[in-house]
Amino acid sequence: MSKLRILVPVKRVIDYAVKPRVNKAQTAVEKNNVKHSMNPFDELSIEEAVRLREAKKPVEDILAFSAGPAKCQDTLRTAMAMGCDRALHVVEEKQELEPLGVAKLLQKVVEDEKRNLVILGKQSIDDDANQTGQMLAGLLNWPQATQASKVEIDESDNVTVTREVDGGVETLRAKLPMIITTDLRLNEPRYASLPNIMKAKKKPLEKKSLKDYGLDVENRLKTVKVQEPPPRQGGGKVEDVDGMIAKLKELGAL
Amino acid sequence: MPPLNRCLPALRRIRLANATFERSIARQTPRLPALPAYALLPQRRWQHAATASASQETSNEDEAGQPTPSKQIKYTSDSYPDLKRDSRFKQLDEADVKHFKEILGSSGSLIDGVTQDAQDDLEGYNADWMRKYRGQARLVLKPTTKEQVSGIMKYCNEKMIAVNPQGGNTGLVGGSVPVFDEVVINLGKMNKIRSFDEVSGVLVADAGVILEEADSYLAERGYIFPLDLGAKGTCQLGGNVATNAGGLRFLRYGSLHGNVLGVEAVLPDGRIFNDLFTLPKNNTGFDLKQLFIGAEGTIGIITGISVHCPQRSPAVNVAYFGLDSYEKTQQAFREAKKKLGEILSAFEMMDGAAQKLYAKANGAKLPLEGEYPFYCLVETSGSNGEHDEAKLNDFLEHVMGEEIVADGVVAQDETQVQSLWACREGISESSQHFGGVYKYDLSIPLPELYDLVPATRQRMEDEGLLDAEDDAKPVMDVVGYGHMGDQNLHLNVVMRRYDKKVEAALEPWVYEWVRERQGSISAEHGLGLAKRNYVGYSRDEEMIKLMRQIKQLYDPNGIMNPYKYVSGG
Repeated sequence: MSKLRILVPVKRVIDYAVKPRVNKAQTAVEKNNVKHSMNPFDELSIEEAVRLREAKKPVEDILAFSAGPAKCQDTLRTAMAMGCDRALHVVEEKQELEPLGVAKLLQKVVEDEKRNLVILGKQSIDDDANQTGQMLAGLLNWPQATQASKVEIDESDNVTVTREVDGGVETLRAKLPMIITTDLRLNEPRYASLPNIMKAKKKPLEKKSLKDYGLDVENRLKTVKVQEPPPRQGGGKVEDVDGMIAKLKELGAL
Repeated sequence: MPPLNRCLPALRRIRLANATFERSIARQTPRLPALPAYALLPQRRWQHAATASASQETSNEDEAGQPTPSKQIKYTSDSYPDLKRDSRFKQLDEADVKHFKEILGSSGSLIDGVTQDAQDDLEGYNADWMRKYRGQARLVLKPTTKEQVSGIMKYCNEKMIAVNPQGGNTGLVGGSVPVFDEVVINLGKMNKIRSFDEVSGVLVADAGVILEEADSYLAERGYIFPLDLGAKGTCQLGGNVATNAGGLRFLRYGSLHGNVLGVEAVLPDGRIFNDLFTLPKNNTGFDLKQLFIGAEGTIGIITGISVHCPQRSPAVNVAYFGLDSYEKTQQAFREAKKKLGEILSAFEMMDGAAQKLYAKANGAKLPLEGEYPFYCLVETSGSNGEHDEAKLNDFLEHVMGEEIVADGVVAQDETQVQSLWACREGISESSQHFGGVYKYDLSIPLPELYDLVPATRQRMEDEGLLDAEDDAKPVMDVVGYGHMGDQNLHLNVVMRRYDKKVEAALEPWVYEWVRERQGSISAEHGLGLAKRNYVGYSRDEEMIKLMRQIKQLYDPNGIMNPYKYVSGG
């Protein structure tokens, strides 16, 4: 079985438990002074990579990757506290990268770092694009299994992935190298333990810029307008059964 | 916008409920299926409030609408045969109901079990949520204004009708439900926030506002309610003040005696006690409102309050530790105070048994891999995330380096913050999941705080009442947890079913144990019915005499929440 050299890209997004607000200019979601955390699907990717190692698969190393402002390093430290060995941060303060830009960047990283397995979250909870993994597979011309709920790797490099589809599960098999994107039922991510948080501080975190990869990642999409969904209409109350029947008749339900 | 701290517990509940639901289906353990389906849902009580947040009286009606458990709760009058209905109190008749209807008019509402059968509708107001107390009230009044409350009280005082004021009915000592046929006056319909000053942070609200709703309202404005407790989704501000609730933010923000600036209440004779002051300082004579804080509805009904609310801290961090001994827990607390200083906002202690119980009742996984005899939850909140993090890191490095804590985790996101808090807040619900619980809420000096738990376990074993596996024994486990920062221990004796033998072995033994250590037999839960006979363990005769004089002065006819509080023998 070949040694596994895993790449886990992670994204820093607005915390799952925070209700996002649209900014006054209706151009984007308000991000200042809002709690950010790791994209929950990416936590699943890390957990799965770490579990492969714990299951005594020949994992050579697990590299966490993120692109974006300096704050992404907190996210990478969390990734290392959860069990990644080292981290790579492509610092980009101004521009928000689109899935294609990220996929191109990841392609370079995969080649540079000689990765043979990339585990990505199926989507980030801020853009919900669900594209990066697929685009990366296309660029690399590797097999892909999206929305994985179970991953198994055997002695002859066969990767069997169970994925949830409408009304059941689908099982795919392919040989390494491979792209996997994770879905919620894949595993339950661990907490970052104190000793591991301490250790993570000493793990290597390499910083690079887009220039280092000589990439053109110009954005191709333009956000026209961002709007909040219409507020939910509150329910009404009726005094008694007669009131309810009258109301239902009024609404044409009876 | 301010981070939502813990004001989105709904998510956590959904997660927990999902996990429990899935697990209960996945592995059918022999015990779980025997329980009615609703028992599998953790924190079902809060869930009702969360889903029915549109108005608070729905949450009350939800209680009434809950599936009737297979086993009826015993009437309080049957489980306390020494209690006799005071014959001075009038039995309700049709004329009384008619009069109350007139007072309430169309705005208020009433559940009438006097002239018709309303047993099912009344049940939620008669039974407490621990399923330990059950009154026989036949009339529930839900006024909407203080004038209505005043009219009701005036009439009751003249006619000698006993009343039982009620908020969210989440009390733990049987103070919120009637004993016999007292009229329940439920404040649930007085649920408006009257005003909020964004500069001073003073909130004026009706007594029936649900704590969680008040806190969410404040969160939107960057403030926080100085009180937080497990039942926040159901309990009401008036009840919180009337019982002087303590809770999880006590360490940081102190007692309601300090935070409540004003009280509006209706006295037993219908007079309105109007002290809804909104400024922090007022040294003009006796501070009478303090008497209502913690009076448990025995000298008047609180209808409105003004509270001083602190600024909400935008940066909240939560860490959860496993420790090898109680000594280490104390050390960790000392270090937390030293290293975290002003940002320390909670220090909670749970013993290993309490955490196992939580995991078992909820089908949840504990945050740490290994098992430890003690666990702590530390919360910091401050105004500057980076500054707090630096302090917290310094603290964590120190306690790990010195081997004060054996293992620990730090929440990396809001969801984890909530799951870690669930490990602490969920214990109370879990402890009655298996049939019932005897709860003791005690103030004990820190060095001896935990000694009571092993002592109680020993006593239960010696009496042959405890066995973790054997269903023939009434006691399943003895767990201890609490607000370490406030020297407040919650001792829970987890029952398979209520048993008088257990009660006899515990009381007054626990109280004697606490008295020997100059503690308090009720730190934050109050006296209610459960502890009315044990006040003497924490207060001397002279003090009790003075308390009774105050009761006599305000409520000469004794119609307010009778049989409870300081009325005991």
